[in-house]
Amino acid sequence: MFSYYLKLAWLSSKRTWGMSLLMVLAIALGIGAAMTTITVNYLMSANPIPQKSDQLFYVQLDAWDPNNPYFDNGDPPDQLTYRDATTLWQAKKAPRQSIATGAAGVIEPADKEALPFMAQGRANSADFFPMFDVPFLYGSGWDEQADLNKEFVVVITSEINDRLFGGKDSTGQTLRLAGKDFRITGVIKRWQPQPRFYDISTGAFQDSEEFFVPFSLMSEQILGQSGNNNCWKPTESGFKAYLDSECIWTQLWVELPTKAEVEQYQSYIDAYADEQHKFGRFARTRNNKLSDVMTWLEQREVVSEDASMMMAMALMFLTVCLLNTVGLLLAKFLGKASEIGVRQALGASRRDLFLQHLVESGCIGLAGGLLGLVLAWLGLEAVKSMYGDWMAELAVLDFNMVLLAILLAIGSSILAGLYPTWRACQVQPSQQLKAQ
Amino acid sequence: MLELGPMLRALMRNKIGALLIALQIALTLTIMVNAIFMMQERNRQMARASGVDEQNTFYLSNTVFGENYPLQSNLARDLDQIRKTPGVVAATQINAIPLSGGGWSMGLQTKPGDDVDGTGTAVYFVDTQGITALGVELLAGENFSESDISWRERTSNKWPPKIIITQKLAEKLFDGDWKKALGQTVYINNHDPMQVTGIVKSLQSPWNGWDNTEHASLVPSQLENKGSRLFIRTEPGRRDALMPQIEKMLADSDKQRIIRNVKTMTETRAESYREHQATNNILLTVIIVLTLITGFGIVGLAMFSINRRTRQIGTRRALGASQWQIMRFFMLENLLISSLGVVLGIGGAIGLNIWLVSTFAMTPLTPGLLLVGCAALLLVGQLAVSYPALIAARISPATATRGRA
Repeated sequence: MFSYYLKLAWLSSKRTWGMSLLMVLAIALGIGAAMTTITVNYLMSANPIPQKSDQLFYVQLDAWDPNNPYFDNGDPPDQLTYRDATTLWQAKKAPRQSIATGAAGVIEPADKEALPFMAQGRANSADFFPMFDVPFLYGSGWDEQADLNKEFVVVITSEINDRLFGGKDSTGQTLRLAGKDFRITGVIKRWQPQPRFYDISTGAFQDSEEFFVPFSLMSEQILGQSGNNNCWKPTESGFKAYLDSECIWTQLWVELPTKAEVEQYQSYIDAYADEQHKFGRFARTRNNKLSDVMTWLEQREVVSEDASMMMAMALMFLTVCLLNTVGLLLAKFLGKASEIGVRQALGASRRDLFLQHLVESGCIGLAGGLLGLVLAWLGLEAVKSMYGDWMAELAVLDFNMVLLAILLAIGSSILAGLYPTWRACQVQPSQQLKAQ
Repeated sequence: MLELGPMLRALMRNKIGALLIALQIALTLTIMVNAIFMMQERNRQMARASGVDEQNTFYLSNTVFGENYPLQSNLARDLDQIRKTPGVVAATQINAIPLSGGGWSMGLQTKPGDDVDGTGTAVYFVDTQGITALGVELLAGENFSESDISWRERTSNKWPPKIIITQKLAEKLFDGDWKKALGQTVYINNHDPMQVTGIVKSLQSPWNGWDNTEHASLVPSQLENKGSRLFIRTEPGRRDALMPQIEKMLADSDKQRIIRNVKTMTETRAESYREHQATNNILLTVIIVLTLITGFGIVGLAMFSINRRTRQIGTRRALGASQWQIMRFFMLENLLISSLGVVLGIGGAIGLNIWLVSTFAMTPLTPGLLLVGCAALLLVGQLAVSYPALIAARISPATATRGRA
């Protein structure tokens, strides 16, 4: 029966090919626009580390200006002062903890012919690698002793390894970075979490770093700090004063596998803030937050306003396309009144007719959906080229999105076909036959 | 008299078809008006002048990696070399670039004290050629002199006694009257006094989306930093030729540093507003495609209804209706449907705008734009229906005498 309906649908579409084409195009455009924007939103709000996002917690304390909140809505600042972050890190109240900030330095290739180049890096403590499941190609991170002893050790990416060491295992070799010799302990594979959840202070979709060094080296003024740095209280001159200042530029993540540990850690930071309050800091009301990965990304609203606005527009656009389809299908099915009358007279039941026309709407939907996928792909390519590099990983159709597009297309066209189909089935065969 | 009676009766017989078109027009209007409005807001932002002579300026980053590098004398050497290059108008060291997204901001206040609310401003450290190199216009006061320029270490938090501020910042600090600002003392770091010795017409901050983006200050300091930028202005038309030349000259003169990120201000502006531009392109595409779909939808449905009424039209023609009367009938019918759609659309557009305003902190819609949108869609409706109406008008009166067409 189904194949017979398919044949009927094909014949019917061929007869009114202009209208059919218009419908397929309308659905395709609607699906294309909707899928382009849904994909971008879906990837922007994706969970970058699903296996343990509920065990990793970002620490926020509020040592900000007593007269002005950091965020207008009262949220605590998005980074910590160096002194608070190091104190919490040294206290070791969590099974694992990563203290970090952005760093930058010049790398001088051993090959004197090659030009030195600027590289973006991260200064972090040893736990960073196991906490965030950073994938290693060769070697590993460093141990806690390296942090405490301020050792010149470095982890590099495979890109840097390819560039400087021809892709060979370079662990144990020396990297000239920021005018010092660093010992390479590991090379990581390509690793680009989207969003780059572990540091969103300069934007949530930045590229990941090219090298990693111990955070403790930051106090030695060897590498430049890069990223956001905000101060509210005047500081004295000099680096020591800067480290002790109320300027925020440090991030702290802790890994807390159980609920009990989360509660313990929360009471620990509350106690810390209360104690600091006694010494005259933390003048604002107690405002400490522990947020797991997804809560943190939601708090900082990493999905851009433009993206959600576009998605709302695109869904309305799809609605217009569907209204268009309803109208055209209605016109088309009513135009077939005489054919329907004949089929009824020859014994087709209303159920048969209903199914036949639903198959026809579904076919139009499928064709529109497939064409829509092509349009969505084109749309994503356009988005990539217009918005630039940071969009590259956010404008990719994955299997889920393709499936969603097809289902959305078929589902919405069947929905659009329901009323026209119902109307078509109301045809009185006797009247139609009489009119012939 | 116009045939409103029969027209309405015909419409009532095909309520759903008419309603579908009306709804499409309503939604199209809703989206179109809000999309155009969003585009206008972005265009306004993009049209703001940065205050810099964007056509004839470029900059580069100078990153030193050598140990014991003589920062002070080599900076003087670099600037001297650049300034001597034929075609260069002026050059200065600078800490940040307008519109670039990265920079330094401070608070200024007219009274000292920890509890006084400061006004945010971008800070640019420049030397005596700063004003000429940027190409900003000095409205009042005077440029920095050689003796005003002091060296600033990376971690220093000391401020020189003089500052030049923008007109908008002066207005904000001194109750809307920028002329009052000249010669006054403002406080940075809550307590440190600086005297306003000059006011420039406009100079934007590095952040295009910042509320205070028109607030900028020039401070007479040279940075004793391993990372800094050099900002260069050339004679008109010579920028593109001088860029590689100066880059090579600096790179060759000294192997203990990297010259990188050589960029024009024109590129910086394009990058700064890249997302705005992209969003506007998408919105424009949406508006065009949407209007086309609605237009073709109207064509399709009108063709269908004319096909169904062929005999009826033929009969009317046979009874003496002119071609023009037939055409007018369908045009008017569409006008009626479109008007219903437009009325619904006005409600929809305002509703969507209210949602956008509350969710995305946008400003409310202007009535003028809404009216233009309505007129545009009525016109689209008329254009779309004119072809089917023409076909209807051409139906021969003889059709009435034949059987079903």
